[in-house]
Amino acid sequence: MSNAAKKINLNLKVWRQKNAEDKGYFDVYKAEGIDQDASFLEMLDVVNEGLSKQGKDPIAFDHDCREGICGMCGAVVNGHAHGPKAKTTLCQLHMRTFSNGQTLVIEPFRSRALPVQKDLIVDRSAFDRVIASGGFISVRTGSVQDANNIPVEKKSADLAFDAASCIGCAACVAACPNASAMLFVSAKVSHLALLPQGQPERSRRVLGMVEQMDTEGFGNCSNEYQCEAACPKGISVQNIARMNRDYAHARFTSED
Amino acid sequence: MSKQLESHIPEGPVKDKWTKAKFENKLVNPANKRKFKVLVVGTGLAGASAAATLSELGYQVQSFCFQDSPRRAHSIAAQGGINAAKNYQGDGDSVHRLFYDTVKGGDFRSREANVHRLAEVSSNIVDQCVAQGVPFAREYGGLLDNRSFGGAQVSRTFYAKGQTGQQLLIGAYSALMKEVSTGSVELFTRREMLELVVIDGKARGIIVRNLITGGMETYMGDAVMLCTGGYGNVFYLSTNAMGSNVTATWRAHKKGAYFANPCYTQIHPTCIPVHGEYQSKLTLMSESLRNDGRVWVPEAKNDKRKASDIPEEERDYYLERKYPSFGNLVPRDIASRNAKYVCDEGKGVGATGLAVYLDFSDSIKRLGQKTIENRYGNLFDMYEQITGSSPYEEPMMIYPAVHYTMGGLWVDYNLMTSIPGLFCLGEANFSDHGANRLGASALMQGLSDGYFVAPYTLGNYLAQQDLAQVDATHPDAVKALSSAQERIDKLLAIKGERTVDDFHKELGLLLWDKCGMSRNEAGLKEALVKIPKIRDEFWENVNVMGSPGELNQTLEKAGRVADFLEFGELMVKDALERKESCGGHFREESQTEGGEALRDDENFAHVAAWEFNGVGEVPILHKEALIFENVALAQRSYK
Repeated sequence: MSNAAKKINLNLKVWRQKNAEDKGYFDVYKAEGIDQDASFLEMLDVVNEGLSKQGKDPIAFDHDCREGICGMCGAVVNGHAHGPKAKTTLCQLHMRTFSNGQTLVIEPFRSRALPVQKDLIVDRSAFDRVIASGGFISVRTGSVQDANNIPVEKKSADLAFDAASCIGCAACVAACPNASAMLFVSAKVSHLALLPQGQPERSRRVLGMVEQMDTEGFGNCSNEYQCEAACPKGISVQNIARMNRDYAHARFTSED
Repeated sequence: MSKQLESHIPEGPVKDKWTKAKFENKLVNPANKRKFKVLVVGTGLAGASAAATLSELGYQVQSFCFQDSPRRAHSIAAQGGINAAKNYQGDGDSVHRLFYDTVKGGDFRSREANVHRLAEVSSNIVDQCVAQGVPFAREYGGLLDNRSFGGAQVSRTFYAKGQTGQQLLIGAYSALMKEVSTGSVELFTRREMLELVVIDGKARGIIVRNLITGGMETYMGDAVMLCTGGYGNVFYLSTNAMGSNVTATWRAHKKGAYFANPCYTQIHPTCIPVHGEYQSKLTLMSESLRNDGRVWVPEAKNDKRKASDIPEEERDYYLERKYPSFGNLVPRDIASRNAKYVCDEGKGVGATGLAVYLDFSDSIKRLGQKTIENRYGNLFDMYEQITGSSPYEEPMMIYPAVHYTMGGLWVDYNLMTSIPGLFCLGEANFSDHGANRLGASALMQGLSDGYFVAPYTLGNYLAQQDLAQVDATHPDAVKALSSAQERIDKLLAIKGERTVDDFHKELGLLLWDKCGMSRNEAGLKEALVKIPKIRDEFWENVNVMGSPGELNQTLEKAGRVADFLEFGELMVKDALERKESCGGHFREESQTEGGEALRDDENFAHVAAWEFNGVGEVPILHKEALIFENVALAQRSYK
């Protein structure tokens, strides 16, 4: 909201792919007169409005809340998931990050487990299936005790909150050279493992979620830390270490 | 064939009504529940909690959302918190006080019985969420922390930093996924509901478009629950998610469900101001910020000095001045309207003059930056990311924006609409917030409806029905499918000159101007002439690219805007009809000498429920009288 917002021109190379079966290609567009106070997605809106007026198919991209919390948006910009700015979703990336005349290469989050559906839109239902494999506490509605009967040490509560701030956007997968989903899975495992409420199902949960993660075709972790660097919510790789400990413990002690 | 409005509020004292209703409700035998199928549309707090709970009870559930995952629904964006009458702080809170505050906050335009039930179950909600692992803020002793929030004089708000909505939704989503894992909930993502199937006068199914393949699909069941959120995006710019829309409830309205109080919209006082033509949405800054931020503008008009250069005595802390007992914590409608007034007077700040300051410097001095960072860290970061300015150093600039819609489908005490078998939960219904919603009560209502109300009342409906077996080949289902298909074909065939967004912006600006923070008869009448013209041009001159059988985001948007163009007219009609000011609805002709909203209880203490009568035709108005037996009708005063 600076008083004298500058307008810039950009060259875009955007991944276009009609549907999951299509091979896909890069197309080139000009984004002209873009206000630097606009968000990245608003820049794409302006380009799409122009394409529509020329009778061309607009670039399809996922987005919803545009407040950086729903986890729906995301693309790789010049090799960075969610663009070059740390701890930022694509919708919260503003054009003041870029300079006049710059070329932006825009691609979908790529991974075998997240197939492209159209242009920049990918299928992230694998994440839902991982959550359905144990990412919950099995309590029935109504059959619970008073909330203050479960005190939680503030430090654990804060760490659980940090892990729970994951928005499920899949940038970690896109950033990882192995397309691993360990950061996502470990964030959920840690969130619940750090709370007393999560203890009864702790072993069962980590075994189930890791198994589903492997089934979906996500790669393994080789400690590149690219996931943490790309994560718009700053989820720590310490969660991965915690999950590995929990997994090892569960494997050796579980009787299932 | 106009029906009588019957609210089915149980007899007896307000505090006993819900207990009585639960006892008198007919039950479905546990073994029989699995024979019933319920279609739940929407996976926000209301939808996810309802689908999960119904499945736990044994019903077959099908759950639908237009996003790629149920976890994306816009409940996720709520920042501030959720109210519960726990009295954990020992500051005098009680069910009755929460009930009282909510009725008064709603400016006496909600049903006492509904609000009391909401206050009663508020405690259960927090218990439920904690058991699911929702990481609410805690004190060092390990107990839950609370804060006071927008308009409340007790600390009853539970929160998780500035992302309470996300944490509650992830809780409800995980409960839903738990039921998906057992196979008892079937999940249908990227499906948008386009029609309701009504058979023998009862809701029996829905038509959805598969947004990936473009295929039309029919799903049939024994009851339908719409948990599809509010209609704030009718204004084009709002704090809603881009995909939020009125289509599901509007389609149901066209099939016979009454739409209640559509003119009640809430304009949230603390949003980041508009900054350009290209702007696609407005971002809300939680009003919890008003706990520690002071709102002010320069005394002098058109003062272009930097905030830090304006000395204390040349600042007007107008909320503290006009409302000494509530100060910066006045309810949302009052905070919003006063921001408009000072900006209309020429005292607004920023490039457009449509902004006021929200200043944290005193609190930072008093409490230290660390404390402020703990309370609002992520909100400050978000603000800085968007505007490039740090609230630790300069005051925030804020302006009101459309945020929540209190109106919605009319429902009875059981949350059933005027179509039997069609239930409506959460923001999509009209029931609990009257003309103005208090802070931290939207999350409460969504979860109350979904976890604790609809699961009881649905059984009462199903137990009394003898529903015929129907499937997708039923003539009424086939007809609904083809009408949805025809509409899509029609949109794609227009091939006009103007884009969908272009029409949406035109409608939105008109409504913001004539039916926004402040309304008058002449402006509303003007809007009523203009809206049908915009709509007619839309159907002749919109350009919707691509084909029906593919992922087509322009087509999705076009369908939603087409419905907003019909709905917007009803909203304005309702605003015109309600000649009083109440809550978020400020009618200029109805104000006190001091310029405050003036209610007219003699003529308008009712719910206005509209029956559809054809596009562009005069809808039929049904009135449900509101009776206040427990909270005495009084003019709100926050002075």
